[in-house]
Amino acid sequence: MTANQKIYFYPVWLRIWHGLNAIGILTLIFSGISMQSSIESANLLSFKSVINLHNIAGILVTLSYFLYFTGNLVTPNGKFYIIKPKGFLKRPIQQAIYYAWGMFHGMKAPYPISEKRKFNPLQKYAYVLVMYMAVPVVIITGFALLFPEIIIDQVYAFSGVFVTAVFHSTMGFFISIFLMVHLYIASIGKSPLENFKSIFNGWHEVH
Amino acid sequence: MNNRFIRLFFLLVLGTFLHANAQSYQNAQHHQCLKCHSNQTYSFFNSVKGKDEKRMMNPYFILDTVALSAAVHKPFDCTDCHSSEYGTYPHQSNLKLEPLSTCLDCHGGDASFASYHFERIDEEFRKSIHFQVSGENFNCSKCHSQHTYFATARTSNNVLDIVDYSNKMCLSCHNDMKKYKMVSGHENPKLVQVHDWLPNQELHFKNVRCIECHTEVLDSLKVSHNILPKSKALRKCVECHSADSRLKASLYKYQNLQKRSEDGSITMVLANESYVIGSHQIPHLKIASILIFFLTLIGIIIHSSFRIFKKK
Repeated sequence: MTANQKIYFYPVWLRIWHGLNAIGILTLIFSGISMQSSIESANLLSFKSVINLHNIAGILVTLSYFLYFTGNLVTPNGKFYIIKPKGFLKRPIQQAIYYAWGMFHGMKAPYPISEKRKFNPLQKYAYVLVMYMAVPVVIITGFALLFPEIIIDQVYAFSGVFVTAVFHSTMGFFISIFLMVHLYIASIGKSPLENFKSIFNGWHEVH
Repeated sequence: MNNRFIRLFFLLVLGTFLHANAQSYQNAQHHQCLKCHSNQTYSFFNSVKGKDEKRMMNPYFILDTVALSAAVHKPFDCTDCHSSEYGTYPHQSNLKLEPLSTCLDCHGGDASFASYHFERIDEEFRKSIHFQVSGENFNCSKCHSQHTYFATARTSNNVLDIVDYSNKMCLSCHNDMKKYKMVSGHENPKLVQVHDWLPNQELHFKNVRCIECHTEVLDSLKVSHNILPKSKALRKCVECHSADSRLKASLYKYQNLQKRSEDGSITMVLANESYVIGSHQIPHLKIASILIFFLTLIGIIIHSSFRIFKKK
């Protein structure tokens, strides 16, 4: 039996970003659902407080996104997000097959984590979609809704504010779904809590 | 045959007469009243001094002839509402003290106006803060100028026009120190300060009418005339920003009715929902999001059951 190898995958800046982002996104999801459903949860928070909370959390997530974006530009962490054209569809499909069938039938992980490969292909695709598409869209539309004077009045037959709000909440919804899957997949490891420990202490154990 | 000819002749004469009246507002210089009441000055013979004099016209007595010739009352002549004695010039000073005809003198109890419920409007108005504070001195014309009124809400296709026209009625006093003080006796509160609690104040003022929050909305009346006191005005965001928005019962009541009758286009009805936050107000997106959420949840439950079962 070989000794477990430990890789320092999560440097301090990344853990700070991830922590701020997690608090911010969770607050945004709960306050967002509350606002969208127009539930005046008077027992918890008033509608106006929910709006303020959503705005503050939105600014927190924006700031932490700048940290993430800059960190990935100036540190080697950014290279883990590069998708290569080779096996563009084949690789994530293989990983999906492993999750759905292979892992229950003794198959070895097709893309095991190593110092060169922090994310498996499916994980990488999901992170790129969320962090480089959904989150920027949510931030841009969110700031537009914070200053609705800047939004175009009319987009064809629709009000500009309406279109922006729909984009904002649709992307917000996809981020929520990502979070559900992200939390669940994170529990797949040697023990369900192993990956959660890693994001706190920075070390990932490779078995 | 002869009878038909007489009737036709009568109709032609009547048509010419009505046309001439409408025209006369457009040609102010040829209208007996407007040749003075559309000008900054007027001249008269001062019999005490025994000479002609030129004076400044009271600005409130100068009429907007463009608005007048487009207004609902354009078929009527001035003396239909004002005393016929105004036909003599200079006017007798005691004419000012005579009561004017009221709106209900014509509009009340007339079957042709029944659908507008003028009597109900009067009942509602009597409950309003305007009547409570100023009593009979506050009449319809304080908001609805009989000279320039036209039915924007029922005729315009553009919500912003309806909002603008309606809000100008309120602002003509509430944003005008002199007029406000004349009616109320005290200075007008600064609207921007009073509404500083309202988020995106400028957009709200542009997109919704004052009466949306400041009246009691009634299904039985197109526009509620019970203007509420400040303390009872609406302050809850969700009253409008929800699927069951009160705007549907007030402002968008017109817009929806018109768009549906014009082209029945669903996109127009959808576009009207822009005051509601989020994608959940689009039924298809709402269903899709609920489906995606539950499918994800079921997927996770099935997968984790396999993991427990297979001890992975």
